[in-house]
Amino acid sequence: MNALLAAAGIDPWIAICSLVTVVITVGMGFWTAGKSKSAGDFFVAGRSVSVGWNASAISGEYLSAASFMGVAGMVMLNGYDALWYPVCYACGYLFLLLFIAGPLRRFGAYTIPDFAEGRYDSPLFRKIAVCFVLFIGFFYTMPQMKGAGVTLAYIFPGLPYWVGVVLVGAVITLNVALGGMKGITLVQAFQYWLKVFAITVPIFVLASVVGHYQQHLAANKTAQETVATAPAGIERKALTAKAPKDEQWIAPFGSLTTKAVDTAIKAAKTPEEKAALEANKKPYSLLYTYSLIIALVCGTAGLPHILVRFYTNPDGVAAKRTTMWVMILIGVFYVFPPVYGVIGRSLMPELYEAIGSKGTDKVVLELPTLLAGRDHPVLGSVLSGITCAGAFAAFMSTFSGLLVSMSSALAHDIYGRMLKPDSSPEQRLKAFKWAAVIIGVVSVGLGTQVEKLNINYLVGQAFAIAAASYFPLLFMSVWWRGMTMRGAATGMLVGGLLALGSIFLTTLSDVYAVQSLADLWVAHPLARILCEQPAIWAVPLSIILMIVVSKATASTIPADVRMKMLVLHAPEALGLKQEYIKEHEGLGGH
Amino acid sequence: MSESSSTPDAIHSDAFLARLMRDQLKLSIACALCFVVALVALPLLNYFQPAFMAQRVYGFTLTWLILGVLFFPFVWIISFIFIKRSIALEDAEAKAAQDGLSK
Repeated sequence: MNALLAAAGIDPWIAICSLVTVVITVGMGFWTAGKSKSAGDFFVAGRSVSVGWNASAISGEYLSAASFMGVAGMVMLNGYDALWYPVCYACGYLFLLLFIAGPLRRFGAYTIPDFAEGRYDSPLFRKIAVCFVLFIGFFYTMPQMKGAGVTLAYIFPGLPYWVGVVLVGAVITLNVALGGMKGITLVQAFQYWLKVFAITVPIFVLASVVGHYQQHLAANKTAQETVATAPAGIERKALTAKAPKDEQWIAPFGSLTTKAVDTAIKAAKTPEEKAALEANKKPYSLLYTYSLIIALVCGTAGLPHILVRFYTNPDGVAAKRTTMWVMILIGVFYVFPPVYGVIGRSLMPELYEAIGSKGTDKVVLELPTLLAGRDHPVLGSVLSGITCAGAFAAFMSTFSGLLVSMSSALAHDIYGRMLKPDSSPEQRLKAFKWAAVIIGVVSVGLGTQVEKLNINYLVGQAFAIAAASYFPLLFMSVWWRGMTMRGAATGMLVGGLLALGSIFLTTLSDVYAVQSLADLWVAHPLARILCEQPAIWAVPLSIILMIVVSKATASTIPADVRMKMLVLHAPEALGLKQEYIKEHEGLGGH
Repeated sequence: MSESSSTPDAIHSDAFLARLMRDQLKLSIACALCFVVALVALPLLNYFQPAFMAQRVYGFTLTWLILGVLFFPFVWIISFIFIKRSIALEDAEAKAAQDGLSK
């Protein structure tokens, strides 16, 4: 058996660790499937999850393939600038806590479409909001699928990228269709701890052998230093041709933010043109940085699968305590992925030369195998197996969460409210299962197309769309009484669709090498930056449109806006929510 | 104010809502400002003081140490303060409203 695996280039330890993760995940799904009976259980886990479990589950869901593999890969590829990703993922969560989580919980709408309809009494607006659950969801599933493809291609060398995507997609879809969310709360919590274990243990062992984080960083020279002075005992392989230079890599405004201008400089014909572009390089990269920060911080609030979890707490105080724990759990995690990127740059520079599934995105998986070259062959394989298990946990948990939100949107909203409003709970449950299968298939199809793009980059795009659509909707609806349905819908649609469109253009030109677009980017590097990172113009645009249109349609402000605002803001102890529901029932509402 | 109503009019007054929203927003904005200032300032420092931010601290560059390590505890502190204060605020609001009810 071992000989057979070895002949195929498969490391048995790595394969076993990954297999165990998958089996436990799927097994837990099936085990809890028997326990979730009613439709309510399926959608919000009966709102009966304890603080510890829930905090672990939220963190488990939040730490996706982007956090586990993408951050390390991007730090290795782009250096300092990529650190904004983990930091803003954590800050974004704080932003959500400060402005949106509390009021939404009190309002008792457990999806964004629920909120959109409840706040404006408009089933039409609900339909618009549902579309964005699907847009953002699909953008966010693509990087998860890429993570799956990369990991399977690493474990089974020779396996095409798309096979990994299809396999993982099928397993998770089946799991969700059978287990629902109750199963997932438990599985997610388990997966958080698996991910933390898988990212910390291998790097501590590895660093004790090959040198620590700061020592490897010290080996890269800054622009102010004349020579690179590696600390004693720190080995460094020669960088390959495609690797960024030390001083660009370790300093801000490196290759990530200057790529568009660099491409234009390469294509420039006259020295004057080159000089003009060169002068713009740094201001443009500052602009890029800010736009990225806005997208990541605001976008977190709009991720469809994160908000739902706030409702699995028994009360508001528990929800807040849960959030505090989530901040700590995810913060602790995010310190570690960049370490892989930094050590990977010193010791695995060959990854810079490969693209797609063989590139830097797999540094987390492969780095521990370095120990094999240092007389610890089995240890290296076991640790690499552990990081693979963590990667599985990462894309499986996030993909499951997304699948639940997107399938709920389809089953709850499109089937249950639009196609067949008189359907029974059993029919809706069946619709949920079918929706999971349909969405699973579409996600797999999309996932096979994005091999060339960085995992983290793809996630950033999903965040930008969320930042331009859901974030303004939630933020303004919660804090401004004057919002009207038309204002909210116009802002969300225009901001969200423009961001979606411009991101689609950059993705199109990167994936399919569209020449006319490539020419356009070379001629206008600023346009490329603003399309690649649209948050800096799309978020304000969306908010301004909301204000202007709401002012113009002020006569349509919902009549009971004061009551709605009270429900959003008054302490739950006052019981206004129950009163509000009673009033609505009296009016024949739901 | 009608004694028979199950909920006091005080809660339903514009003044109560306005105060509620203002107090909550004040707290949220104060906490948000702390980290927004940090998020805005760090790129600016990198832009205008590159040599200062590139100095070595335990092998890290100063800016790398701030962004890659120190930012996370900073975010915890803000969220800890926010959660503590917002729970206190909510208790105070509930108490104030119920006192109004019993009068």
